[in-house]
Amino acid sequence: MLEVKQLKVSYGRIPILHGVDFNVTEGEFIGILGHNGMGKTTLLKALIGLLKPVSGEIQLKNQNITRYPPHKRNRFGIGYVAQGRDIFPNLTVRENLRTGILMHKNLRSKETTIIEEILEDFPRLESLLNRRGGVLSGGEQQILALARCLCGSPELLLLDEPTEGIQPSIVEEIIEILKNLRVKRGLTVVLVEQNLEFISALSDRVYVIRRGVFTGELSPEQLANPEIVQEFVGMN
Amino acid sequence: MDLAAITIIQVINLIASLALLSIGLAVIFGMMRVINLAHGEFLMLGAYAVLVPTQAGVPLWISMFIIAPLFVGIVGVIIERLIIRHLYGRMMDTLLATWGLSLLIVGAMTMIFGNTMEGISTPFGSFTIGSLADSQYKFFTIGITAVVLLVAYIVLKFTRFGLIARATMQNSDQASVLGVSPPAVYTLTFGIGAALAGLAGAILAPISGVLPTMGAAYIAKAFITVIGGGEAILTGTAAASVFFGAINQTTTFFTSSVVGEVALLVAAIILLRLLPQGITGRFFRRGL
Repeated sequence: MLEVKQLKVSYGRIPILHGVDFNVTEGEFIGILGHNGMGKTTLLKALIGLLKPVSGEIQLKNQNITRYPPHKRNRFGIGYVAQGRDIFPNLTVRENLRTGILMHKNLRSKETTIIEEILEDFPRLESLLNRRGGVLSGGEQQILALARCLCGSPELLLLDEPTEGIQPSIVEEIIEILKNLRVKRGLTVVLVEQNLEFISALSDRVYVIRRGVFTGELSPEQLANPEIVQEFVGMN
Repeated sequence: MDLAAITIIQVINLIASLALLSIGLAVIFGMMRVINLAHGEFLMLGAYAVLVPTQAGVPLWISMFIIAPLFVGIVGVIIERLIIRHLYGRMMDTLLATWGLSLLIVGAMTMIFGNTMEGISTPFGSFTIGSLADSQYKFFTIGITAVVLLVAYIVLKFTRFGLIARATMQNSDQASVLGVSPPAVYTLTFGIGAALAGLAGAILAPISGVLPTMGAAYIAKAFITVIGGGEAILTGTAAASVFFGAINQTTTFFTSSVVGEVALLVAAIILLRLLPQGITGRFFRRGL
């Protein structure tokens, strides 16, 4: 599904990623674990196209998308939920959801049905539909951002630290939602996180990122062992 | 009593004119944070786009409502593609570039049409209240402004394009990862802003006369209105037009038109001192 080869990305002159390689097969849930500042967000931004790589190649569904701008990648099947959620604060929850649909020509005509289906998966949003996005709590915004992204029916979902600054009860809720969605929609997911519990509850495989390179691969069982994690990531 | 009625009509007319000549600038500034110093020249091009076809025998209404906005809109799209697109996020550079552009357009138009004032006869004639008479064209200006603002509101609030435009304005990166192409939205927005300026220039042409340098007379007022209005494009423009228009025309009534203009500028300075974010930075925050 997704193939990343020797991806190098810089912020201005400062290199952040020094050649990242990995593959994701269809239906897989990949976790990428690392501290702040190790290049997790940079990697996802490069995958969606918000940052241009210095070199390397990104292939999606056997097509080279390295030069595609973000909107083209989104229409080609990549959904991206940014860190810090980035919902539109002055649009209502319903309008936020609609923005996920409108640019997909094949979905436009089914707008109402799509939103109804999404609300079945995210019942919490039902009562908030006419509220402005900006007045929602952090957890609700995260759920909205995820729901809005799914409105565009992505095949590959990129999640950037969805648990950051969110109360534990909603973290549990997001885990449940993602587990259900995986079964229901056959989603392929790349998740970057530093929350061990969250990443091990969901991932099939976990890559460890350190100073812009992948330093190892862990199974979810290994994640449960603090010593191994300490050794790979330098975190516990 | 008659005097009061005429005065009220004149105040409303000035408010409408202010809103009309500012709305195109407000759309471009509000949506794209681009300070378009060539806005006055867009108005002027709109005025010529009425003058030239009308002199050639095209009915006035066709030139005014179709040719002028269409022509200036296309000019806007071309300018966005050639110049503005390369300067996004660089406010000072866009400011200088559009200033240069404004000089260029004035120069080119002077070369073609000469530095002489030409006129289009004002349609409709006049109305009388008691012993006082005034031009019926004022009602036309007021009506068109109301329609333009209403249509703009409906487009922004209820259409797909409006929703996409509002989303892009709030966070263009986020809009792009949802499939929106911000450059396409910006081209269209700039074109619409230019078309609105063209329409405004066309409607003002019969009252103001048409001259290559006429834009300079309007650009300052349009800017003051947009900055005074603040972030919300429509609510801001409407609120600032009411505020400045009322002050300007009321002062003019009691003194002279020069003092009226001075009062407008003084009011703008005080307003921005008290409300640096403009009227909609404090009031009507949720407006469009």
